[in-house]
Amino acid sequence: MSANSLSYNEQGGAESAVEVGLESTPTSSGAGAGAGAGFGLFSTDYKKNEDLREMLESTKESLKLEAMKRIVGLIARGKNASELFPAVVKNVASKNIELKKLVYVYLVRYAEEQQDLALLSISTFQRALKDPNQLIRASALRVLSSIRVPIIVPIMMLAIKEAATDLSPYVRKTAAHAIQKLYSLDADQKEQLIEVIEKLLKDKSTLVAGSVVMAFEEVCPDRIDLIHKNYRKLCNLLVDVEEWGQVVIISMLTRYARTQFISPWKEDGIFDENSEQAFYESDEEKLGTPQSKPYIMDPDHRLLLRNTKPLLQSRNTAVVMSVAQLYWHLAPKQEVGVITKSLVRLLRSHREVQYIVLQNIATMSIQQKGIFEPFMKSFYVRSTDPTHIKTLKLEILTNLANEANISTILREFQTYVKSQDKAFAAATIQAIGRCATNITDVTDTCLNGLVLLLSNRDETVVAESVVVIKKLLQTQPTQHSEIIKHMAKLFDNITVPMARASILWLIGEYCERVPKIAPDVLRKMAKTFTVEEDIVKLQTVNLAAKLYLTNSKQTKLLTQYILNLGKYDQSYDIRDRTRFIRQLIVPNEKSGALSKYARRILLASKPAPMLESTFKDRDRFQLGTLSHTINSKATGYLELSDWPTAAPDSSVRNVEVMEPVKEWVPSMGKTKPLKSDDKFYSDSGEEEGAGEEGTGSSSEDSSSSSSSSSSNEESDSESEDKNSKHSEETDSSQSDKSSGHSDKKKADKKKRLQLKKKAKKAAPKESDSEDEGRKGKAARTGGSSNSSQASGSSETSTGSDSDSSSEPDTDSDSGTDQKKNPAKPKVKGEQKPKKEISLLDLDDFSPAPVASNKSSILSPSLLSDLEGLSLSSTPPAIQVSSPVFVPMSSHELLHRMTGKGLAAQYHFPRQPCIYGNKMVSVQLTLTNSSDHTLEDISIGEKTSSGQNIHRFSSIERLEPGASVTVSMGIDFNDSTQAANFQLCTKEDQFSVSIQPVVGELFLPVTMTEQDFRKEQGKLQGMNETSATITMAPENTSNQALSKKMVSVANMGVVPTGEDSLYRFAAKSVSSGDLVLVSVDLTDSSSGRLTINTEKTVIGSMLLRDLKTALAQP
Amino acid sequence: MIHSLFLINSSSDIFLEKHWKSVISRSVCDYFFEVQEKAGEAENVPPVIHAGHHYLINIYREKIFFVSVIQSEVPPLFVIEFLHHVAETFQDYFGECSESAIKDNVVIVYELLEEMLDNGFPLATESNILKELIKPPNILRSVVNSITGSCNVGETLPTGQLSTIPWRRAGVKYTNNEAYFDVVEEIDAILDKTGSVVFAEIQGVIDACVNLTGMPDLTLSFMNPRLLDDVSFHPCVRFKRWESERVLSFIPPDGNFRLLSYHVSAQNLVAIPIYVKQNISFFETGSSGRLDITVGPKQTMGKTVEAVFVTINMPKVVLSANLTATQGNYTYNPVTKTLVWDIGKLSQQKLPNLKGSLTLQCGAPKPEESPSLNIDLKIQQLAISGLKVNRLDMYGEKYKPFKGVKYVSKAGKFQCMAITIWLYIFTNKENSHLKC
Repeated sequence: MSANSLSYNEQGGAESAVEVGLESTPTSSGAGAGAGAGFGLFSTDYKKNEDLREMLESTKESLKLEAMKRIVGLIARGKNASELFPAVVKNVASKNIELKKLVYVYLVRYAEEQQDLALLSISTFQRALKDPNQLIRASALRVLSSIRVPIIVPIMMLAIKEAATDLSPYVRKTAAHAIQKLYSLDADQKEQLIEVIEKLLKDKSTLVAGSVVMAFEEVCPDRIDLIHKNYRKLCNLLVDVEEWGQVVIISMLTRYARTQFISPWKEDGIFDENSEQAFYESDEEKLGTPQSKPYIMDPDHRLLLRNTKPLLQSRNTAVVMSVAQLYWHLAPKQEVGVITKSLVRLLRSHREVQYIVLQNIATMSIQQKGIFEPFMKSFYVRSTDPTHIKTLKLEILTNLANEANISTILREFQTYVKSQDKAFAAATIQAIGRCATNITDVTDTCLNGLVLLLSNRDETVVAESVVVIKKLLQTQPTQHSEIIKHMAKLFDNITVPMARASILWLIGEYCERVPKIAPDVLRKMAKTFTVEEDIVKLQTVNLAAKLYLTNSKQTKLLTQYILNLGKYDQSYDIRDRTRFIRQLIVPNEKSGALSKYARRILLASKPAPMLESTFKDRDRFQLGTLSHTINSKATGYLELSDWPTAAPDSSVRNVEVMEPVKEWVPSMGKTKPLKSDDKFYSDSGEEEGAGEEGTGSSSEDSSSSSSSSSSNEESDSESEDKNSKHSEETDSSQSDKSSGHSDKKKADKKKRLQLKKKAKKAAPKESDSEDEGRKGKAARTGGSSNSSQASGSSETSTGSDSDSSSEPDTDSDSGTDQKKNPAKPKVKGEQKPKKEISLLDLDDFSPAPVASNKSSILSPSLLSDLEGLSLSSTPPAIQVSSPVFVPMSSHELLHRMTGKGLAAQYHFPRQPCIYGNKMVSVQLTLTNSSDHTLEDISIGEKTSSGQNIHRFSSIERLEPGASVTVSMGIDFNDSTQAANFQLCTKEDQFSVSIQPVVGELFLPVTMTEQDFRKEQGKLQGMNETSATITMAPENTSNQALSKKMVSVANMGVVPTGEDSLYRFAAKSVSSGDLVLVSVDLTDSSSGRLTINTEKTVIGSMLLRDLKTALAQP
Repeated sequence: MIHSLFLINSSSDIFLEKHWKSVISRSVCDYFFEVQEKAGEAENVPPVIHAGHHYLINIYREKIFFVSVIQSEVPPLFVIEFLHHVAETFQDYFGECSESAIKDNVVIVYELLEEMLDNGFPLATESNILKELIKPPNILRSVVNSITGSCNVGETLPTGQLSTIPWRRAGVKYTNNEAYFDVVEEIDAILDKTGSVVFAEIQGVIDACVNLTGMPDLTLSFMNPRLLDDVSFHPCVRFKRWESERVLSFIPPDGNFRLLSYHVSAQNLVAIPIYVKQNISFFETGSSGRLDITVGPKQTMGKTVEAVFVTINMPKVVLSANLTATQGNYTYNPVTKTLVWDIGKLSQQKLPNLKGSLTLQCGAPKPEESPSLNIDLKIQQLAISGLKVNRLDMYGEKYKPFKGVKYVSKAGKFQCMAITIWLYIFTNKENSHLKC
């Protein structure tokens, strides 16, 4: 801190120096622009800013605003305006919104450079963080987190935590952004930030989802476990998330799915519509699907694919692309085709979009040409396309070429060859070469075509053709002596060095096939050797050497001549090569062993060059990523993992807690609600039921035995108790039937049982096995409907009443209830609102053809919007408990001497105040020790200290010697400032004051050890105070310590698993902030006392009190 | 995600920079300049450039390069799409997205950029919300501002972010409630020398201008919705409703927006509204050539074809053109080598014809490729695909709005996001040397 103030002083010093300088200059007024011209560049600049400074310091708002606008202009142009920092920062608290915004812009830009001065503005933001307007809170958080000053990390942390629980989703979104900022500023905060991310991931708002997933990807992309519980929610919300968030979420879910599901790409998989059907049914019992059978897609996997599909229709190209890559990486091969149409649509967009999309299509088209083939014409090149687009289209067309369409493609290529864009024409020739090697049918045609191109007037075209022909001939060297001859003939007309060199190489390589021509070509080359380009010369030497070895009779002299020319060439490359060749082929004494192998060295058969796509290996990168585009790993690229061989436990994605919102979900995606209602209420349904019952009762014995046997089978997973319950249930329903009417009492009983069962099913594992058991049972018991479960599962199989997957039981049970007891009002009440919503839904919003309601591909209807706005409510289980200990000691408020006979004592009963939840309740005991009756005892109207006091109702009479106890409430505002008020009787007024002990400002809370740790984790840094304590020996025992603690402060004891660690928790009465105390005994007489609370003042006072208390015996 | 943004004009000046994270020196743009120089034309600059520790993703619009600096992995389309969105927002605010407009409104630009991205991640991009946060400039306001010293930031803070419908602001009020829909279609076609269709498809958009009070819920239905082969929607459209009933149901944003873009594939026979007979040939000797083009209407469904332009990019060796047009005027620009023939309306009786000679550079070899023709045209009151809007219903509000639907098949280059018929007419008579 001292360093800070020091540098601040320096700053101030500099400033004052400037001011001195200013005074000494006569032309210091803002208008003296003309005078400034004489001072040269630096001084005008300096003056200009000086002028701005004056404007900023003026009192006129408009001048300030004008100055800020000019400063922003400077920043925008990249000019340095940092020396104005002190002047600007003063305006941070301005009332004018625009001025404030501009100051924010400035602060964010320069705070990093001027950290000490930037600290001056922090308090403004802290204040703004509590503003009632969400936008002000959000913008304060944005700026606070953007100024990149490491010293305020704890403040940022605190602000983020607070904002993460804000009521406004917009503020929570900003908090998610701030997480990344804080992380990049101080990576040490990772653990705490992950906690915040975890909390925000649970958020149900569509506004937040994208941002928090972004934060997740930046901070802890490897913590895939955080996603499990939110996976289904994210899938379901996806459609309604804003576009940018969708991109991020989809790419994250792609990674997630690759780690959690097994590959759908197996050969024997079944992927027709039936499998979808099967999936919908399996929705009902969800986890009952066996994984071992031929491949069946995990329902969650399917959910993701199904919910992303509509996004292919997005107007945002990035979203479409991300869905496309998701399908590419996750969908069964048969389903990938759905993306093509959308991708092709993107080609209508901007040049840059085309570029990226074409790149991705190029990669895809190598692996699966089939899906793009119908759209081949979309990849035809237009003359107005930029070159890189043209080449990409060419690439794709080449990839798509097959026996069937090659003629069309070649016809297209033929026009491209004539393009005025020569680089593109050359690329086309390359492409023709590739087609020729890939499709053997057309090799000859292509070759002939290319040979024709050799007579083209354009050199680049000719050269490229020669090069490609050379490559083609290498791949099939046997039959093409004619072409070589033709090329030899053309040789005189070809001037491009590369092409000439290629022809020479070809003739040399296949000189045995053209025995007459080769020496002649060499002869011609000998003539022109000196004027050729280097590359041609090298190939001439090469040709000479090869001919010398194969046909030395005819070419010996020529070779020697050429080697002599080469020996004295200007280029050392050629001289070197000549020397080397001469030693190699001309036998002499010195050449040694190598010349024996000359033939093998020079005339070895060369491997044919591979003509393949430049996009061949691009699929190692996830499509649509930056890495894919640049074809190298970009910073921060996250690898897409391979599919796991065995599917990880899918139950991790089950959400146990049923949020109230979930109830809405089924109604969104109703399949055929009316039909199912029919089934419930219509006669036919009843009849059906009756029929079933009939069969059931006719074979009552067998059914009961079968049910018991089935429950036996279940018993491996279910407890014995459950088993007995089953039979009980069976009995009751049987007796039901025998009586023929629904007996209300029994039905109630059954319902109770079912409720019990429901509660049991909250544990996911159990429900899993139970579901399986039920399914089997339903199958076996067949028509017998003796138990409610059988009928329940028969409903399930018809799929008429499908409900949110996570509560299949609830629904089928209630359905049964209705069937059995249709008049029961309560059940009906439960059912009705659902139906209403679905009707509303049908009329006004989405009539939902999609079968599974679980998916809830929500159209942006009001309902879903509302849903998006609702908050997830999973606060840790912290509840106010009753005080552990109530001290009886009371304090004197008014002595009878000063009170003229009225004595008053007060006492903290440690009960939650009934007058207001921010008040501390206080009991006053008033005693009349005078000899006359006191009348109208009350608290005076005016209080001096501004606290909110709930007065006791005035006491009309107090007889001498009598005493009365009244209670009142005081809001101490979480401070130990005394509450001053006046105690009045009919005649007198006495000023009194209640000085609270800090320990009385709390309400004890209970929480689990886990919650305690979690909360403690959130309250670190500035919020933690601790001290080493020495303990009186009497206090070291467990009970004594607790007693001591609770006598000092009204706290609750938190159960602890460790021996020497004691934890106490409370929350402050007024603000409800948690106060966590932990005592860690290091040995018998000393230990460490730690207090974590946001109210740091209270924390330190409590620390002091506790410390003294524990030291005393 | 997006670290910084630089705006660069055609003369390689960085005239605006904005950083969302720590400041990145503008020297990073040197990589860009290097690539730009290599690429020659601005169009040829690759959108993604690897620049040392950074990656530069750029778009080129209205003669401005928007260069964003990226430091780590991000989907490139995400950035590109966003940059285009920025450009469109500028267009929306200032009427044009030019260098001068940006320089004139630098403060608003800065404020916009500040709102649109937070830490490099898009924050508020919906134009309705932005307009509540930052008022677009207009002359009246700027005069008033300069007198009263008031500002262009919204005095009242918007509630848009809290609205259940993020693209529509609350409390919209109009005295005249109107909703206009423009069905605009463009034909994409390639014709070969003989006039037969190599490739043809229709791209259409429905642009809407909705000025309605309150929270109207609109339903737009078509006579023949099955025509629409591939659609993409504004986020306001309820996808499920479309899937099941093929109607567009939506709560519209306020003002102008693109409701839908669609595609009518080549399978449904695309009617080509005009035909072109053309003959451009160059003589082997004498450095000259001949040009003869006739344009006539075909399959116009009784409507008049208007604003017909024929544009020909001549080979480099063509020095001048000496032509006569029976209708309209022609111009030849010897620098860009483009011949533009403005025909105007096409009449059935007299077919416009352009005929004459071309002068070539002396001694240069004759161009081997005959140039292709690009044709622009416009047909009012006709959607060439035959798409027809059936009705528009409004729920949720009491008043009766004025509704209008306009069909245009107007022309323009596809890159300019308007509509064109691209007729590439291949003139090469020589037999294919590649036998297929």
